[in-house]
Amino acid sequence: MANNVEVKTAKYTAKDFTSDQDVRWCPGCGDYSILAQVQRTFPEIIETPKENVVWVSGIGCSSRFPYYMDTYGIHGIHGRAPIIATGVKIANPELSVWVATGDGDLLSIGGNHFIHSCRKNIDIKVLLFNNRIYGLTKGQYSPTSEKGKVTKTTPYGSVDYPFNPLSLALGAEETFVSRTLDRNPKHLQEILKRAGKHKGMAFIEIYQNCNIFNDGAFFKLSEKETKDDSVLILEHGKPMVFGKDSSKGIKLDGAKPTIVDITNGKYSKDDLWVHDEFADSPAHAMILAHLDDNPDFPTPIGVFRQVIKETYDAGIARQIEQVTGKKGTGDLEKMLLGGNTWEVN
Amino acid sequence: MSQVKEKEIQELSDVTVRFAGDSGDGMQLTGMQFSDTTAWIGNDLNTLPDYPAEIRAPAGTLYGVSGFQLHFSSVDIHTPGDTPDVLVAMNPAALKKNLSELKKNGSLIVNKDAFDQKNLKLADYQTNPLEDGSLDGYEVHQVPISSLTANALEGLPISPKEVARCKNFFALGLMYWLYNRPLKNTEDWIQLKFKKNPEFIKANTLALQAGHKFGEMTEVFTTRYRVEPAKLPKGTYRNISGNEALSLGLLTASVKSGLPLFLGSYPITPASEILQYLSNYKNFGVKTVQAEDEIAGITSAIGASFTGHLAITTTSGPGLALKTESIGLAVMTELPIIVIDVQRGGPSTGLPTKTEQSDLLQAVYGRNGEAPVAVLAARTPTDCFYMAIEAARIALKYMTPVIFLTDGYLANGSEPWRIPHAKDLPKIDVKFRTEKEGFFPYLRDENLSRPWAIPGTPGLEHRIGGLEKAHITGNVSYDPDNHDKMVRIRAQKIKNIENDIPDLQVEGDTEGDLLVVGWGGTYGTLIEAVTQARAAGYKVSLAHFRYINPFPKNTSKVLGKFKKILIPEINLGQLSKIIRSEFLIPVEQFNLVRGLPFKVADIFEKITDILGGSNGK
Repeated sequence: MANNVEVKTAKYTAKDFTSDQDVRWCPGCGDYSILAQVQRTFPEIIETPKENVVWVSGIGCSSRFPYYMDTYGIHGIHGRAPIIATGVKIANPELSVWVATGDGDLLSIGGNHFIHSCRKNIDIKVLLFNNRIYGLTKGQYSPTSEKGKVTKTTPYGSVDYPFNPLSLALGAEETFVSRTLDRNPKHLQEILKRAGKHKGMAFIEIYQNCNIFNDGAFFKLSEKETKDDSVLILEHGKPMVFGKDSSKGIKLDGAKPTIVDITNGKYSKDDLWVHDEFADSPAHAMILAHLDDNPDFPTPIGVFRQVIKETYDAGIARQIEQVTGKKGTGDLEKMLLGGNTWEVN
Repeated sequence: MSQVKEKEIQELSDVTVRFAGDSGDGMQLTGMQFSDTTAWIGNDLNTLPDYPAEIRAPAGTLYGVSGFQLHFSSVDIHTPGDTPDVLVAMNPAALKKNLSELKKNGSLIVNKDAFDQKNLKLADYQTNPLEDGSLDGYEVHQVPISSLTANALEGLPISPKEVARCKNFFALGLMYWLYNRPLKNTEDWIQLKFKKNPEFIKANTLALQAGHKFGEMTEVFTTRYRVEPAKLPKGTYRNISGNEALSLGLLTASVKSGLPLFLGSYPITPASEILQYLSNYKNFGVKTVQAEDEIAGITSAIGASFTGHLAITTTSGPGLALKTESIGLAVMTELPIIVIDVQRGGPSTGLPTKTEQSDLLQAVYGRNGEAPVAVLAARTPTDCFYMAIEAARIALKYMTPVIFLTDGYLANGSEPWRIPHAKDLPKIDVKFRTEKEGFFPYLRDENLSRPWAIPGTPGLEHRIGGLEKAHITGNVSYDPDNHDKMVRIRAQKIKNIENDIPDLQVEGDTEGDLLVVGWGGTYGTLIEAVTQARAAGYKVSLAHFRYINPFPKNTSKVLGKFKKILIPEINLGQLSKIIRSEFLIPVEQFNLVRGLPFKVADIFEKITDILGGSNGK
């Protein structure tokens, strides 16, 4: 698999990707961890000179990200990062193009661009900093906030249902669907590397703690006491085991997942659902995306699905090459003289 | 062939013809074929397609009527003609909708077969106008076009429905006979168009020839007409619409600047054709993106501009509204993009297929914050070519968005174009910053433009964005004095463009009683009206803007030489507002917002009204 290729010795260090700008997030924000893991892994991920790296963002706390990376960058307008990035990538497919975005930016005002970027399989990497709250506008609920959430704009609790970002991505034919969390740096690094190697659009949902407006939203998944029972780490080709001492597993009966105990002799690892990232159908990935709709189930993290197919930018380049091959390089004089012409003497 | 009576041939200097029928009758195609042939044999011409927004409204209804007017001549002309000399009406609804436009004593060719009870009722006729005397005063030619077409195609292996669809070619053949035009151009076109359906080639060609023959044989027509070729300057010509000319202009700018063309666009009438045309030119390295929405169209272009492409987005009024915030981003990031607005009737969805000039204030002022951009406007279909190149030149030199306005009339209308040679068109200089030494993203050159340092350039990694930037360094800055400074720099940069554009030209004397001032697509009508008024002895001249923001440097001087100023616009006075506020002078307005070009007679009348009788002669 393209994803498991050993990376050649990096010539950059984290420092090479650190800009001279002061980082202005709130102390304790999960964004710091994401920035640190990106800077740490980039020397490994980026197989091109760093002048070929472009970070694009929209609006929100997460969207300040490009200012802190010493690469080319555009801090765009609200919701438009994926499509600005699309323009960059099409203009120069040699570039490594990354998007930093939040749950409001990507799924509310930018929802349309998100699903269409997935559908087109444009070769950009999208990092969704999902903190389930609006931070920069100071604490309104977001399209990923749980129903009933009390915020400044929902004093009696929100009445709308949230998006499940992975389900949305899968429905939009996204070719690399993954989830990780800010407080699991190692896992975050692994997923970043996998995404970086994916030829096509890569989508990473990163559960990110907003310690000011939604503190602890994902602590269940990161704190020592609870994480083992609450997190299911997906690994391709491996049975789905979780829980303290790996005592539990997920068994799939038809389309219905169940939790089984694999310590009491009734079930063993052989009975468990084996994760297949490359399944033709998105159905199983979809079940996984909705696994923790039932609060008794753990939250899966890892790569849910990966599909290899022609990217949008490659398709555009291919057509240009094919048509040029067939018609020859465009000749301006001939083009102007095209159509039905006549002479006046 | 049986012997027919020689028909009288009458010489005309110019003729205006209107084809009208159901939107499914192929009237646009018929009109365009007539135009192409007419251009090809050397007449000057100007066209006005006029069609409804519905693609195929129910047959026979008034709201389904589609029209195509063209004006052709042996003399220099600038408009599609005020009132048709000839109306071809394919059904009662087409007659009803268009008759009032026909010249007194004008010639009327109707498809007699279509005047049945059902169609008369659909067109709200109580009695048959072909029989009740209501057409007295017109020269009426009743031709059973449907049945004659059916006769001509008898025995062909095509359905009656398909036979009926060939009747526009019969009408076209008849008109070719009437105006002495060869069939060849259209015959060739039919061969190409239907190359996959040999039976349709046969059917349409037969219908075309049958129409032509009918003219020759019938007693209905006693006279045919000749319009000699116009005396156009020497050169190679083609007939071209505004949208096509604009597309070629953008391609030319791409070749001349050495930058690949990127177009991000969402289909919208009447601009979609530009996206369609440009998507064909992949061997010029053109990259077109049919985006998911208007905003995606422009923001993808901003990404491509950042990456060093000639970046363009095309739209009409509603789309320009959606792109507003993104234009602000391009203003702040100082990236070159061309925003093309093919104006249509508004507000909201308005009149999608009609023309209007009502986006001017939106273009010049319609953004949050102090967000100046250059605004240009083409004045004729072929001028779309040259102004597209200008838009690119200015955008690239001044690192700014340029809004380029055309309109539905220019976009769809066509005229003969004397094709320039590629080598005679000037190069557009572009320099990307590559030196690392002393680089800052918001350094300024002598024009106040900032450097264009594109991704892939080693050592120039930098970040730009919508937040206010510190002068020179480009770091995010909330400093009050810096903001004031940057607001002024951005304004001055756009103002500086005035040093780089041609003076405002006056057509006619440079001083006098009245200066007619126009902009954009009304040029043809205004110059024709002013020329007529001058011939009638009025001291009137015309100044027509193609550069609106900034105005040409000599504008104030030009305006100051006239006692009165008249600004006709297809809006409620948008240029008038700008002129008043910029130059603190009184102006008179003429505004008619019917979704159609002005008529020469309307402008002429307004001129004579203002100058009054002999006053001013």
